[in-house]
Amino acid sequence: MIVQAICFWLFAAITVASGAMVVVARNPVHSVLFLILAFFNAAGLFVLMGAEFLALILVIVYVGAVAVLFLFVVMMLDINFVELREGFLRYLPVGVVIGVVLFVELLLVFGAWVVAPEVAKSIAAPMPQPAEVSNTVALGQLLYTRYVYVFQAAGMILLVAMIGAIVLTLRSREGVRKQSIARQVGRKRSETLEIVKVRPREGV
Amino acid sequence: MADFLQGYVLPTAITVGEILAIIVPLLLAVAYLTYAERKVLAWAQIRKGPNVVGPFGLLQPFADGLKLLLKETVIPTGANRVVFIAAPILTFSLSLIAWAVIPFDKGVVLADINVGILYLFAVSSLGVYGIVMAGWSSNSKYAFLGALRSAAQMVSYEVSMGFVIVSVLLCAGSLNLTAIVEAQRSVWYCLPLFPMFIVFFVSVLAETNRSPFDLPEGESELVAGFFVEYSAMAFALFYLGEYGNMILMSAMTVILFLGGWLAPFNIEPVGGGWAHLWAGFWFALKIGFVLFCFLWVRATVPRFRYDQLMRLGWKVFLPLSLFWLVLTAGVLVTMGWLPT
Repeated sequence: MIVQAICFWLFAAITVASGAMVVVARNPVHSVLFLILAFFNAAGLFVLMGAEFLALILVIVYVGAVAVLFLFVVMMLDINFVELREGFLRYLPVGVVIGVVLFVELLLVFGAWVVAPEVAKSIAAPMPQPAEVSNTVALGQLLYTRYVYVFQAAGMILLVAMIGAIVLTLRSREGVRKQSIARQVGRKRSETLEIVKVRPREGV
Repeated sequence: MADFLQGYVLPTAITVGEILAIIVPLLLAVAYLTYAERKVLAWAQIRKGPNVVGPFGLLQPFADGLKLLLKETVIPTGANRVVFIAAPILTFSLSLIAWAVIPFDKGVVLADINVGILYLFAVSSLGVYGIVMAGWSSNSKYAFLGALRSAAQMVSYEVSMGFVIVSVLLCAGSLNLTAIVEAQRSVWYCLPLFPMFIVFFVSVLAETNRSPFDLPEGESELVAGFFVEYSAMAFALFYLGEYGNMILMSAMTVILFLGGWLAPFNIEPVGGGWAHLWAGFWFALKIGFVLFCFLWVRATVPRFRYDQLMRLGWKVFLPLSLFWLVLTAGVLVTMGWLPT
């Protein structure tokens, strides 16, 4: 047990510390790198809880895709670091309020479990015991049976958002030479090539 | 105290031994892959390749390694030092840690985790960070352009790779690598999922930044791409990382599509301890074949242009793999072949 405890405190401490560094770091690129570190340690916490599927999905989706795009954008920003720091104090109260609200909500949810244990029984669909099925199977069974409509709706919203983003940013520019692979492959020799017999000193 | 020894020290020592037993041969394989690449390219171009250092030039990789070790590591003035040094270390260690879940035979695996294939996918998707960090921290426009290209390229091809992996998982019914290989006893997945096999192999080429998709290091436009500013051991780590990734991705291809350690028609001429050797032999042989294809492609195909690369990823591979995924699921459900 002692090893698990050490691991938990290690992951938890690094998650919180790097979370703080995301906000305080002077350089936005360093912020994103600290964010990635925070994701990693959150994944470690998931593994400790026996939720290995969630842990790896967190790494694949957030670290492998979302954070890459963050980094991609942040790297290309031309930012004045001094100007960026000035807004820090101005936005601090709003951030603190949001943080306090979230903290109180979490406290209420988990506090309820401790104060009134029967609340925990009102969970809509209890997960099967980890010993019986692996948590990948358990997640699949819940997601694709009980919550299938919610799941599909979430997918649909994401799809619409994606199409919306593409439609809003797509502009067709004039005067750009585009390659049409189908036309290029589909052309025949007779259309493009002509063999001419050229007599000396006459040219084509 | 005895409990402490039995419970912690001994397992740790055994694990370290197992890790060394994987990593040392792997590094040797990486060294000889660089040699093999030069030899194969030489044969393809009717040259001789390295043939001076040692018999048939066999000691060439070590000579190269020693040379890089003795060179000076130059850190550019404008560079972001910590990130600059972390990038090659990250690239190299990512190419090693994935081997923890690769099964060499039934039961011969360092960590037989439930979600092995997701772990492999996660580690391969992290590879982009080494490159992006290197490109950004070098504070050089060529390195930066290489990093941008590579970020877009690797994220694009990951999508179709993910779909291909899911269609394999549908057939195998497990995320465990050993179970995926065992599910191929009747037929290797490269036959029923042939188009996916090709899509996967090409995506792997893009994911490892190998020719014909080596735009991040396109030397004709970007000098050397993201590692322009690197020298000596830092450069060597990128180099080793790239070849380590090639071997890793080949192993992944073999496990997903070529039946892992299974011999063709499941021939098992020997039993006992020799069976492991036999299985390992086939696994290595198949990896070697896929690696040869890597080198073969490099010797044959010219580099893609960047817009062609994006077109292939998003307009060809993504719809194709998505369609094939739906088709696979449909066939499995209608025929009642879904694994339980």
